[in-house]
Amino acid sequence: MELEYKVEGGDFTQAGYASSQVKKVLKQLGINPIVIKRVVVALYEAEVNIVAHAYRGVITAFLNEDGIRLVLDDEGPGIPDIDQAMVKGYSTASKEVREMGFGAGMGLPNIKDNADEFDIVSEVGKGTRLNIFIKYI
Amino acid sequence: MVLKEIVSMTDGKVICGESHLNDSIEYAFASDLMSDVLTLRITNFLLITGLANIQSVRTAEMSDLKYILFARDKKITEEMIELAEENDMMIISTPYSVFKTSGILYGAGLKPVY
Repeated sequence: MELEYKVEGGDFTQAGYASSQVKKVLKQLGINPIVIKRVVVALYEAEVNIVAHAYRGVITAFLNEDGIRLVLDDEGPGIPDIDQAMVKGYSTASKEVREMGFGAGMGLPNIKDNADEFDIVSEVGKGTRLNIFIKYI
Repeated sequence: MVLKEIVSMTDGKVICGESHLNDSIEYAFASDLMSDVLTLRITNFLLITGLANIQSVRTAEMSDLKYILFARDKKITEEMIELAEENDMMIISTPYSVFKTSGILYGAGLKPVY
C-alpha cells in the first residue's frame, strides 16, 4: 500500500495534516501502537520541516511487509551541511516556526531516534530528500 | 490523580472532553517546545503548556496524549477544539501560569516525566 500527500511550504495551519492521515490509516490496519507513534512522530517532525524550510514537498508512505518507509521530497533551499543540521540544538528556523513550538534543533535528531534507518540527501538550491524506515514489531 | 481534581486545583475550565473528567493520570510534562514533547515515549500524561495554537493539539495527537492544560487563559480557537474533539482529547484552561500550575500539581502528587 502506498499513500501520497502534497505539502505546501509556509502553511502552518495545515502542518501535520499528512501525518494525521497516515496515523488514521495505520490505526485502521491494526498496526502496533508503539510502531504508529514512532512513525507519526518522525513523520510529523519531517512534515513540519517541509512547511518550515521548503517551498513545497511530497510525502510518500510505503506500507511494506516488514515495515513502513517514509520518503519526503521537497523543493527548497536544501541543507548545506547535513552533519551540522543533525547536531541537537542547531537550527536555522524562523521566528514564526519557533512561535509554533518548533525550530529548537530537535527535529532531525528525533526523527533519527525513532527510525530504524534514516538518511538525508540534499542539494543546495534544489531540495532535500528524507528516507525513513521503521520496522514492525 | 483524577482529572476533575486537576481542574478544581487549577481553577480550570473544561473546554472540551468532559467525558474524561473521571480519568486518572500519574504524570505531567510542562513545555512550550513541541519538539520536546515529541521526544517522550510515554502517552498517558497531562501536557501543561502556554503555547496555544493548532500545533500544540497536533503534537498531542501525534504523541497519543489525551489531556492538555493551557495556562494563563490563552485563547483556544474553534479549530483547536475541533481537532481535539476529533481525537477524543480533553482541553482544560486555567488562569494560572505554567509555573503556578506545575507547582500546585507537583505538590499534590502528580509525577514529573523526568
